[in-house]
Amino acid sequence: MAEPVKTGTSIEVRGLRKRFGSLEVLKGIDLTVEAGGVVALIGPSGSGKSTLLRCINLLVVPDGGAVSVGTDSFAFGPGTRLPGTKALARFRAGAGMVFQHFNLFPHMSVLANVMEGPLTVQRLPKAEARALAQALLDKVGLADKAEQYPAKLSGGQKQRVAIARALAMRPAVMLFDEVTSALDPELVGEVLAVMKQLAAEGMTMVIVTHEIAFAREVADRVVFMRDGVVVEEGPAKAVIDAPREASTKAFLSHFHRRDEA
Amino acid sequence: MYQWDFSILWSYRWLFVYGLELTVAFTLAIVALGLLAGLVAGLLKLSRFAPLRWLAAAYVEIFRCTPLLVQLVWFYYALPILTGIEISAVAASIMTLSLYGGSFYAEIIRGGIVSIDSGQSEAAAALGMTPAQGMRRIILPQALKRMLPPLMNQSIIQFKNTSLVSVLAVPDLLYQGQVAAHDSYRPLEIYTAIAIAYFIVLFPLTLIVRRGEKRLAASD
Ligand SMILES: Nc1ncnc2c1ncn2[C@@H]1O[C@H](COP(=O)(O)OP(=O)(O)OP(=O)(O)O)[C@@H](O)[C@H]1O
Ligand SMILES: [Mg+2]
Repeated sequence: MAEPVKTGTSIEVRGLRKRFGSLEVLKGIDLTVEAGGVVALIGPSGSGKSTLLRCINLLVVPDGGAVSVGTDSFAFGPGTRLPGTKALARFRAGAGMVFQHFNLFPHMSVLANVMEGPLTVQRLPKAEARALAQALLDKVGLADKAEQYPAKLSGGQKQRVAIARALAMRPAVMLFDEVTSALDPELVGEVLAVMKQLAAEGMTMVIVTHEIAFAREVADRVVFMRDGVVVEEGPAKAVIDAPREASTKAFLSHFHRRDEA
Repeated sequence: MYQWDFSILWSYRWLFVYGLELTVAFTLAIVALGLLAGLVAGLLKLSRFAPLRWLAAAYVEIFRCTPLLVQLVWFYYALPILTGIEISAVAASIMTLSLYGGSFYAEIIRGGIVSIDSGQSEAAAALGMTPAQGMRRIILPQALKRMLPPLMNQSIIQFKNTSLVSVLAVPDLLYQGQVAAHDSYRPLEIYTAIAIAYFIVLFPLTLIVRRGEKRLAASD
Protein backbone atom coordinates (compact mmCIF):
# COMPACT_ATOMS: atom_id res chain seq x y z
CA MET A 1 0.00 0.00 0.00
CA ALA A 2 1.39 3.40 -0.97
CA GLU A 3 1.93 6.04 1.70
CA PRO A 4 0.00 9.26 0.99
CA VAL A 5 2.33 11.97 -0.24
CA LYS A 6 3.41 14.26 2.58
CA THR A 7 5.12 17.52 1.93
CA GLY A 8 7.26 19.24 4.51
CA THR A 9 6.92 19.54 8.23
CA SER A 10 3.96 21.21 9.82
CA ILE A 11 4.89 21.10 13.51
CA GLU A 12 8.36 20.98 14.89
CA VAL A 13 9.16 21.10 18.58
CA ARG A 14 12.80 21.06 19.68
CA GLY A 15 14.17 20.76 23.19
CA LEU A 16 11.02 22.15 24.75
CA ARG A 17 11.22 22.93 28.47
CA LYS A 18 8.59 24.23 30.85
CA ARG A 19 8.46 24.48 34.59
CA PHE A 20 5.71 25.70 36.91
CA GLY A 21 7.52 26.98 39.98
CA SER A 22 9.72 24.15 41.18
CA LEU A 23 7.88 21.53 39.12
CA GLU A 24 9.59 20.71 35.82
CA VAL A 25 6.73 19.60 33.60
CA LEU A 26 8.46 19.34 30.20
CA LYS A 27 12.08 18.23 30.24
CA GLY A 28 13.31 18.74 26.71
CA ILE A 29 10.65 17.46 24.32
CA ASP A 30 11.26 16.82 20.62
CA LEU A 31 8.26 16.26 18.40
CA THR A 32 7.81 16.37 14.66
CA VAL A 33 4.51 16.21 12.84
CA GLU A 34 4.59 16.00 9.06
CA ALA A 35 2.11 18.06 7.08
CA GLY A 36 -1.05 15.98 6.99
CA GLY A 37 0.22 13.76 9.77
CA VAL A 38 -1.79 12.70 12.79
CA VAL A 39 0.04 12.18 16.08
CA ALA A 40 -1.64 10.76 19.14
CA LEU A 41 -0.14 11.84 22.45
CA ILE A 42 -0.75 9.38 25.25
CA GLY A 43 0.51 9.01 28.79
CA PRO A 44 -0.54 8.96 32.42
CA SER A 45 -2.17 11.91 34.16
CA GLY A 46 0.28 14.67 34.96
CA SER A 47 2.85 13.56 32.40
CA GLY A 48 2.69 16.94 30.65
CA LYS A 49 0.54 16.15 27.59
CA SER A 50 -1.74 19.17 27.95
CA THR A 51 1.19 21.43 28.71
CA LEU A 52 2.99 20.24 25.58
CA LEU A 53 -0.12 20.80 23.48
CA ARG A 54 -0.58 24.27 24.95
CA CYS A 55 3.04 25.08 24.24
CA ILE A 56 2.53 24.23 20.56
CA ASN A 57 0.11 27.16 20.18
CA LEU A 58 1.89 29.17 22.88
CA LEU A 59 -1.14 29.28 25.15
CA VAL A 60 1.59 28.36 27.62
CA VAL A 61 4.87 30.13 26.95
CA PRO A 62 7.80 27.68 27.14
CA ASP A 63 10.94 28.39 29.16
CA GLY A 64 13.28 26.93 26.59
CA GLY A 65 13.43 25.27 23.18
CA ALA A 66 11.79 26.09 19.89
CA VAL A 67 8.33 25.68 18.40
CA SER A 68 7.39 26.05 14.77
CA VAL A 69 4.02 25.65 13.13
CA GLY A 70 3.87 25.98 9.37
CA THR A 71 6.20 28.84 8.47
CA ASP A 72 6.00 30.54 11.88
CA SER A 73 8.59 29.77 14.50
CA PHE A 74 9.66 31.00 17.89
CA ALA A 75 12.64 30.18 20.08
CA PHE A 76 12.61 30.49 23.86
CA GLY A 77 15.22 30.61 26.56
CA PRO A 78 18.01 32.89 27.73
CA GLY A 79 18.82 35.65 25.26
CA THR A 80 15.55 35.40 23.36
CA ARG A 81 12.83 37.97 23.64
CA LEU A 82 9.34 36.87 24.54
CA PRO A 83 7.00 37.43 21.60
CA GLY A 84 4.59 40.37 21.99
CA THR A 85 0.83 39.98 22.30
CA LYS A 86 0.23 40.71 18.59
CA ALA A 87 2.80 38.17 17.43
CA LEU A 88 1.42 35.60 19.86
CA ALA A 89 -2.14 36.16 18.67
CA ARG A 90 -1.15 35.80 15.02
CA PHE A 91 0.74 32.60 15.80
CA ARG A 92 -2.19 31.12 17.70
CA ALA A 93 -4.59 31.91 14.89
CA GLY A 94 -2.70 29.37 12.75
CA ALA A 95 -3.29 26.51 15.17
CA GLY A 96 -6.82 25.43 16.01
CA MET A 97 -7.39 24.09 19.50
CA VAL A 98 -10.26 22.04 20.92
CA PHE A 99 -10.60 21.71 24.69
CA GLN A 100 -11.87 19.00 26.97
CA HIS A 101 -14.59 21.27 28.35
CA PHE A 102 -15.57 22.81 24.99
CA ASN A 103 -15.22 26.42 26.19
CA LEU A 104 -17.93 27.61 23.81
CA PHE A 105 -18.97 31.24 24.20
CA PRO A 106 -22.30 30.93 26.07
CA HIS A 107 -23.49 34.45 25.21
CA MET A 108 -23.42 33.73 21.48
CA SER A 109 -25.48 31.46 19.24
CA VAL A 110 -23.81 28.42 17.73
CA LEU A 111 -23.43 30.26 14.43
CA ALA A 112 -21.96 33.33 16.15
CA ASN A 113 -19.50 31.11 17.99
CA VAL A 114 -18.18 29.79 14.70
CA MET A 115 -18.18 33.25 13.07
CA GLU A 116 -16.37 34.90 15.96
CA GLY A 117 -12.78 34.12 14.95
CA PRO A 118 -13.12 35.13 11.29
CA LEU A 119 -15.03 38.29 12.26
CA THR A 120 -12.87 39.56 15.09
CA VAL A 121 -9.45 38.21 14.21
CA GLN A 122 -9.46 38.08 10.41
CA ARG A 123 -11.94 40.93 9.94
CA LEU A 124 -13.83 38.94 7.34
CA PRO A 125 -17.01 40.61 6.04
CA LYS A 126 -20.05 39.39 7.94
CA ALA A 127 -21.71 37.68 4.95
CA GLU A 128 -18.53 35.78 4.19
CA ALA A 129 -18.03 34.73 7.81
CA ARG A 130 -21.63 33.57 7.96
CA ALA A 131 -21.32 31.46 4.81
CA LEU A 132 -18.10 29.93 6.11
CA ALA A 133 -19.65 29.18 9.50
CA GLN A 134 -22.74 27.63 7.96
CA ALA A 135 -20.62 25.42 5.72
CA LEU A 136 -18.57 24.24 8.72
CA LEU A 137 -21.65 23.56 10.83
CA ASP A 138 -22.96 21.52 7.93
CA LYS A 139 -19.69 19.63 7.84
CA VAL A 140 -19.96 18.66 11.52
CA GLY A 141 -23.63 17.79 11.06
CA LEU A 142 -25.11 20.70 13.03
CA ALA A 143 -26.52 22.97 10.34
CA ASP A 144 -29.93 22.81 12.04
CA LYS A 145 -28.52 24.05 15.37
CA ALA A 146 -27.07 27.31 14.02
CA GLU A 147 -29.50 29.56 15.90
CA GLN A 148 -29.40 27.63 19.19
CA TYR A 149 -27.37 28.69 22.20
CA PRO A 150 -24.64 26.33 23.45
CA ALA A 151 -26.46 25.63 26.73
CA LYS A 152 -29.18 23.82 24.74
CA LEU A 153 -26.77 21.34 23.12
CA SER A 154 -25.59 17.90 24.21
CA GLY A 155 -21.90 17.45 25.03
CA GLY A 156 -21.20 15.78 21.70
CA GLN A 157 -22.90 18.61 19.82
CA LYS A 158 -20.99 21.21 21.83
CA GLN A 159 -17.69 19.58 20.98
CA ARG A 160 -18.55 19.45 17.29
CA VAL A 161 -19.36 23.18 17.40
CA ALA A 162 -16.00 23.76 19.09
CA ILE A 163 -14.28 21.90 16.26
CA ALA A 164 -16.16 23.97 13.67
CA ARG A 165 -15.20 27.15 15.54
CA ALA A 166 -11.53 26.22 15.41
CA LEU A 167 -11.72 25.21 11.74
CA ALA A 168 -13.25 28.57 10.86
CA MET A 169 -9.83 30.16 11.27
CA ARG A 170 -8.52 27.89 8.50
CA PRO A 171 -5.71 26.68 10.75
CA ALA A 172 -2.64 24.89 9.44
CA VAL A 173 -2.87 22.38 12.29
CA MET A 174 -5.44 21.22 14.82
CA LEU A 175 -4.72 20.41 18.46
CA PHE A 176 -7.16 18.26 20.45
CA ASP A 177 -6.87 17.95 24.24
CA GLU A 178 -8.91 14.99 25.54
CA VAL A 179 -11.90 16.24 23.61
CA THR A 180 -14.05 13.20 24.42
CA SER A 181 -13.15 12.81 28.10
CA ALA A 182 -16.05 14.93 29.36
CA LEU A 183 -18.63 13.19 27.18
CA ASP A 184 -21.14 10.49 27.99
CA PRO A 185 -19.93 7.27 26.35
CA GLU A 186 -22.73 7.21 23.79
CA LEU A 187 -21.71 10.69 22.51
CA VAL A 188 -18.01 9.93 21.99
CA GLY A 189 -18.51 8.35 18.58
CA GLU A 190 -19.99 11.39 16.85
CA VAL A 191 -17.00 13.53 17.86
CA LEU A 192 -14.43 10.92 16.89
CA ALA A 193 -16.17 10.55 13.52
CA VAL A 194 -15.62 14.25 12.79
CA MET A 195 -11.96 13.98 13.78
CA LYS A 196 -11.52 10.90 11.63
CA GLN A 197 -12.96 12.74 8.66
CA LEU A 198 -10.58 15.66 9.26
CA ALA A 199 -7.65 13.26 9.36
CA ALA A 200 -8.79 11.69 6.10
CA GLU A 201 -8.92 15.15 4.49
CA GLY A 202 -5.26 15.62 5.33
CA MET A 203 -5.47 17.95 8.33
CA THR A 204 -2.32 17.97 10.45
CA MET A 205 -3.38 16.99 13.95
CA VAL A 206 -2.01 16.36 17.42
CA ILE A 207 -4.49 14.47 19.56
CA VAL A 208 -4.15 13.98 23.30
CA THR A 209 -6.44 11.07 24.02
CA HIS A 210 -7.25 8.13 26.21
CA GLU A 211 -9.15 6.51 23.32
CA ILE A 212 -6.43 4.01 22.52
CA ALA A 213 -8.44 2.16 19.87
CA PHE A 214 -9.11 5.44 18.11
CA ALA A 215 -5.45 6.44 18.29
CA ARG A 216 -4.44 3.11 16.81
CA GLU A 217 -6.88 3.48 13.95
CA VAL A 218 -6.57 7.15 13.05
CA ALA A 219 -3.09 8.28 14.10
CA ASP A 220 0.02 7.68 12.00
CA ARG A 221 2.26 7.93 15.00
CA VAL A 222 1.88 7.57 18.72
CA VAL A 223 3.97 9.40 21.28
CA PHE A 224 4.01 8.06 24.83
CA MET A 225 4.96 10.61 27.49
CA ARG A 226 5.78 10.16 31.13
CA ASP A 227 7.06 12.65 33.70
CA GLY A 228 7.79 15.30 31.11
CA VAL A 229 9.80 13.20 28.67
CA VAL A 230 8.94 11.25 25.53
CA VAL A 231 9.48 7.64 26.54
CA GLU A 232 8.53 5.96 23.30
CA GLU A 233 7.38 7.02 19.87
CA GLY A 234 6.68 5.27 16.62
CA PRO A 235 4.05 4.13 14.12
CA ALA A 236 0.70 3.96 15.92
CA LYS A 237 0.03 0.27 15.46
CA ALA A 238 3.57 -0.72 16.39
CA VAL A 239 3.60 1.28 19.62
CA ILE A 240 0.13 0.20 20.72
CA ASP A 241 0.32 -3.45 19.71
CA ALA A 242 3.94 -4.06 20.61
CA PRO A 243 5.34 -1.43 22.96
CA ARG A 244 9.07 -1.69 23.60
CA GLU A 245 9.38 0.20 26.88
CA ALA A 246 8.20 -1.27 30.16
CA SER A 247 6.34 1.88 31.21
CA THR A 248 4.49 2.01 27.87
CA LYS A 249 3.48 -1.61 28.38
CA ALA A 250 2.29 -0.89 31.90
CA PHE A 251 0.29 2.15 30.78
CA LEU A 252 -1.34 0.39 27.84
CA SER A 253 -2.25 -2.67 29.90
CA HIS A 254 -4.91 -0.59 31.72
CA PHE A 255 -6.68 0.10 28.47
CA HIS A 256 -6.62 -3.42 27.07
CA ARG A 257 -8.37 -4.55 30.18
CA ARG A 258 -10.90 -1.74 29.98
CA ASP A 259 -11.57 -2.22 26.29
CA GLU A 260 -12.38 -5.88 26.82
CA ALA A 261 -14.67 -5.19 29.76
CA MET B 1 -49.38 67.70 69.12
CA TYR B 2 -47.71 69.05 65.95
CA GLN B 3 -50.10 70.38 63.34
CA TRP B 4 -48.99 69.10 59.92
CA ASP B 5 -49.64 71.46 57.06
CA PHE B 6 -48.50 70.04 53.75
CA SER B 7 -50.31 72.74 51.78
CA ILE B 8 -47.31 75.05 52.21
CA LEU B 9 -45.30 72.73 49.92
CA TRP B 10 -47.15 73.95 46.87
CA SER B 11 -45.57 77.38 46.93
CA TYR B 12 -42.10 75.78 46.89
CA ARG B 13 -42.88 73.35 44.06
CA TRP B 14 -40.42 74.93 41.62
CA LEU B 15 -37.58 74.71 44.12
CA PHE B 16 -38.33 70.99 44.40
CA VAL B 17 -38.42 70.56 40.64
CA TYR B 18 -35.10 72.39 40.16
CA GLY B 19 -33.53 70.49 43.01
CA LEU B 20 -34.72 67.13 41.73
CA GLU B 21 -33.57 67.95 38.21
CA LEU B 22 -30.12 68.78 39.48
CA THR B 23 -29.97 65.66 41.65
CA VAL B 24 -30.95 63.40 38.75
CA ALA B 25 -28.55 65.10 36.33
CA PHE B 26 -25.80 64.89 38.94
CA THR B 27 -26.47 61.21 39.46
CA LEU B 28 -26.34 60.47 35.72
CA ALA B 29 -23.01 62.30 35.45
CA ILE B 30 -21.35 60.66 38.45
CA VAL B 31 -22.62 57.20 37.51
CA ALA B 32 -21.23 57.55 33.97
CA LEU B 33 -17.90 59.01 35.09
CA GLY B 34 -17.72 56.63 38.04
CA LEU B 35 -18.22 53.62 35.76
CA LEU B 36 -15.41 54.88 33.57
CA ALA B 37 -13.11 55.28 36.58
CA GLY B 38 -14.23 51.91 37.91
CA LEU B 39 -13.62 50.15 34.59
CA VAL B 40 -10.12 51.61 34.30
CA ALA B 41 -9.26 50.82 37.93
CA GLY B 42 -10.86 47.36 37.72
CA LEU B 43 -8.83 46.48 34.61
CA LEU B 44 -5.64 47.93 36.13
CA LYS B 45 -6.18 45.73 39.16
CA LEU B 46 -5.95 42.76 36.78
CA SER B 47 -2.88 44.10 34.98
CA ARG B 48 0.21 41.96 34.59
CA PHE B 49 2.33 44.90 35.76
CA ALA B 50 2.52 45.10 39.53
CA PRO B 51 2.96 48.91 39.75
CA LEU B 52 -0.30 49.41 37.87
CA ARG B 53 -2.04 47.01 40.24
CA TRP B 54 -0.67 48.92 43.23
CA LEU B 55 -1.76 52.23 41.77
CA ALA B 56 -5.32 50.96 41.27
CA ALA B 57 -5.41 49.37 44.72
CA ALA B 58 -4.22 52.61 46.35
CA TYR B 59 -6.94 54.58 44.58
CA VAL B 60 -9.66 52.11 45.56
CA GLU B 61 -8.63 51.86 49.20
CA ILE B 62 -8.14 55.61 49.71
CA PHE B 63 -11.61 56.38 48.44
CA ARG B 64 -13.31 53.43 50.11
CA CYS B 65 -11.74 54.02 53.51
CA THR B 66 -12.36 57.73 53.96
CA PRO B 67 -15.76 59.37 54.49
CA LEU B 68 -17.34 60.88 51.40
CA LEU B 69 -18.16 64.09 53.25
CA VAL B 70 -14.49 64.54 54.14
CA GLN B 71 -13.50 63.88 50.54
CA LEU B 72 -15.95 66.49 49.26
CA VAL B 73 -14.69 69.14 51.60
CA TRP B 74 -11.08 68.19 50.93
CA PHE B 75 -11.43 68.39 47.14
CA TYR B 76 -13.21 71.72 47.34
CA TYR B 77 -11.00 73.46 49.90
CA ALA B 78 -7.67 71.65 50.02
CA LEU B 79 -7.05 70.81 46.38
CA PRO B 80 -7.11 74.46 45.16
CA ILE B 81 -4.59 75.39 47.88
CA LEU B 82 -2.27 72.51 46.92
CA THR B 83 -2.51 72.88 43.15
CA GLY B 84 -3.41 76.54 42.76
CA ILE B 85 -6.32 75.55 40.51
CA GLU B 86 -9.68 76.99 41.55
CA ILE B 87 -12.60 74.66 40.86
CA SER B 88 -16.29 75.31 41.21
CA ALA B 89 -18.34 73.53 43.83
CA VAL B 90 -20.14 71.62 41.06
CA ALA B 91 -16.87 70.45 39.48
CA ALA B 92 -15.44 69.45 42.86
CA SER B 93 -18.63 67.56 43.68
CA ILE B 94 -18.77 65.70 40.38
CA MET B 95 -15.09 64.79 40.60
CA THR B 96 -15.31 63.55 44.18
CA LEU B 97 -18.52 61.58 43.79
CA SER B 98 -17.31 60.00 40.53
CA LEU B 99 -14.02 58.91 42.06
CA TYR B 100 -15.77 57.69 45.20
CA GLY B 101 -18.29 55.66 43.17
CA GLY B 102 -15.51 54.44 40.89
CA SER B 103 -13.68 52.87 43.81
CA PHE B 104 -16.72 50.69 44.51
CA TYR B 105 -17.47 50.01 40.85
CA ALA B 106 -13.84 48.92 40.38
CA GLU B 107 -14.25 46.04 42.82
CA ILE B 108 -17.55 44.98 41.24
CA ILE B 109 -16.04 45.06 37.74
CA ARG B 110 -12.88 43.23 38.76
CA GLY B 111 -14.93 40.60 40.58
CA GLY B 112 -17.23 40.16 37.58
CA ILE B 113 -14.29 39.64 35.23
CA VAL B 114 -12.49 37.08 37.40
CA SER B 115 -15.75 35.18 37.91
CA ILE B 116 -15.71 34.20 34.21
CA ASP B 117 -14.16 30.75 33.68
CA SER B 118 -10.55 30.97 32.49
CA GLY B 119 -11.45 28.56 29.67
CA GLN B 120 -13.24 31.46 27.99
CA SER B 121 -10.17 33.65 27.65
CA GLU B 122 -8.15 30.58 26.63
CA ALA B 123 -10.63 29.81 23.87
CA ALA B 124 -10.45 33.42 22.73
CA ALA B 125 -6.65 33.37 22.75
CA ALA B 126 -6.60 30.04 20.90
CA LEU B 127 -8.67 31.61 18.11
CA GLY B 128 -5.98 34.26 17.75
CA MET B 129 -7.60 37.11 19.66
CA THR B 130 -5.39 39.55 21.51
CA PRO B 131 -6.10 39.88 25.24
CA ALA B 132 -7.90 43.16 24.53
CA GLN B 133 -10.12 41.54 21.89
CA GLY B 134 -10.88 38.63 24.19
CA MET B 135 -11.81 41.03 26.97
CA ARG B 136 -14.09 43.10 24.75
CA ARG B 137 -15.77 40.32 22.77
CA ILE B 138 -15.84 37.38 25.17
CA ILE B 139 -15.20 38.27 28.82
CA LEU B 140 -16.85 41.65 29.34
CA PRO B 141 -20.20 40.77 27.72
CA GLN B 142 -20.54 37.75 30.02
CA ALA B 143 -19.19 39.55 33.07
CA LEU B 144 -21.47 42.54 32.52
CA LYS B 145 -24.55 40.38 33.00
CA ARG B 146 -23.28 39.33 36.42
CA MET B 147 -22.13 42.83 37.33
CA LEU B 148 -25.35 44.58 36.44
CA PRO B 149 -27.31 44.07 39.68
CA PRO B 150 -24.43 45.12 42.01
CA LEU B 151 -23.59 48.04 39.72
CA MET B 152 -27.19 49.22 39.92
CA ASN B 153 -27.19 48.81 43.68
CA GLN B 154 -24.09 50.97 43.92
CA SER B 155 -25.67 53.54 41.61
CA ILE B 156 -28.71 53.74 43.88
CA ILE B 157 -26.36 54.50 46.75
CA GLN B 158 -24.72 57.13 44.56
CA PHE B 159 -28.10 58.77 43.99
CA LYS B 160 -28.49 59.15 47.74
CA ASN B 161 -24.89 60.30 48.15
CA THR B 162 -25.58 63.31 45.95
CA SER B 163 -27.43 64.84 48.91
CA LEU B 164 -24.03 65.50 50.49
CA VAL B 165 -23.13 68.09 47.85
CA SER B 166 -25.53 70.46 49.57
CA VAL B 167 -22.72 71.20 52.05
CA LEU B 168 -20.84 72.86 49.19
CA ALA B 169 -23.99 74.89 48.41
CA VAL B 170 -24.67 72.99 45.20
CA PRO B 171 -28.43 73.50 44.74
CA ASP B 172 -29.56 69.88 44.73
CA LEU B 173 -32.84 68.55 46.10
CA LEU B 174 -31.69 68.66 49.71
CA TYR B 175 -30.14 72.12 49.39
CA GLN B 176 -33.34 73.53 47.87
CA GLY B 177 -35.24 71.86 50.69
CA GLN B 178 -33.06 73.61 53.24
CA VAL B 179 -33.80 76.92 51.55
CA ALA B 180 -37.51 76.18 51.64
CA ALA B 181 -37.34 75.04 55.27
CA HIS B 182 -35.67 78.25 56.42
CA ASP B 183 -38.08 80.32 54.43
CA SER B 184 -41.27 78.60 55.58
CA TYR B 185 -40.38 77.59 59.14
CA ARG B 186 -41.92 74.22 58.19
CA PRO B 187 -38.88 71.87 58.21
CA LEU B 188 -40.93 68.78 59.11
CA GLU B 189 -43.16 68.99 56.06
CA ILE B 190 -40.28 69.94 53.78
CA TYR B 191 -37.89 67.21 54.87
CA THR B 192 -40.67 64.63 54.82
CA ALA B 193 -41.46 65.64 51.27
CA ILE B 194 -37.78 65.38 50.32
CA ALA B 195 -37.52 61.90 51.80
CA ILE B 196 -40.60 60.86 49.84
CA ALA B 197 -39.13 62.31 46.64
CA TYR B 198 -35.94 60.24 47.01
CA PHE B 199 -38.04 57.19 47.82
CA ILE B 200 -40.30 57.59 44.81
CA VAL B 201 -37.29 57.67 42.48
CA LEU B 202 -35.32 54.86 44.11
CA PHE B 203 -37.91 52.29 45.13
CA PRO B 204 -38.85 51.28 41.57
CA LEU B 205 -35.15 50.99 40.75
CA THR B 206 -34.55 48.63 43.66
CA LEU B 207 -37.44 46.49 42.39
CA ILE B 208 -35.81 46.32 38.97
CA VAL B 209 -32.49 45.30 40.51
CA ARG B 210 -34.14 42.58 42.58
CA ARG B 211 -35.89 41.22 39.49
CA GLY B 212 -32.55 41.23 37.66
CA GLU B 213 -30.84 39.38 40.51
CA LYS B 214 -33.57 36.74 40.53
CA ARG B 215 -33.41 36.24 36.78
CA LEU B 216 -29.62 35.89 37.02
CA ALA B 217 -29.87 33.32 39.80
CA ALA B 218 -32.32 31.32 37.67
CA SER B 219 -30.12 31.39 34.56
CA ASP B 220 -26.95 30.20 36.30
N1 LIG C 1 -0.74 26.46 35.07
C1 LIG C 1 -0.14 25.55 35.88
N2 LIG C 1 0.41 25.91 37.04
C2 LIG C 1 1.01 25.02 37.85
N3 LIG C 1 1.13 23.72 37.57
C3 LIG C 1 0.60 23.27 36.42
C4 LIG C 1 -0.07 24.16 35.51
N4 LIG C 1 -0.50 23.45 34.45
C5 LIG C 1 -0.11 22.17 34.69
N5 LIG C 1 0.55 22.05 35.86
C6 LIG C 1 1.11 20.82 36.42
O1 LIG C 1 1.95 20.26 35.44
C7 LIG C 1 1.84 18.85 35.45
C8 LIG C 1 1.49 18.36 34.06
O2 LIG C 1 0.20 18.80 33.76
P1 LIG C 1 -0.53 18.50 32.38
O3 LIG C 1 -1.88 19.11 32.48
O4 LIG C 1 0.33 18.91 31.26
O5 LIG C 1 -0.63 16.91 32.43
P2 LIG C 1 -1.46 15.94 31.52
O6 LIG C 1 -0.51 14.94 31.00
O7 LIG C 1 -2.26 16.69 30.53
O8 LIG C 1 -2.43 15.24 32.56
P3 LIG C 1 -3.97 14.82 32.43
O9 LIG C 1 -3.99 13.50 31.73
O10 LIG C 1 -4.43 14.71 33.84
O11 LIG C 1 -4.68 15.90 31.67
C9 LIG C 1 0.82 18.50 36.50
O12 LIG C 1 1.50 18.12 37.67
C10 LIG C 1 0.07 19.77 36.71
O13 LIG C 1 -0.39 19.87 38.03
MG1 LIG D 1 -4.32 17.09 30.26
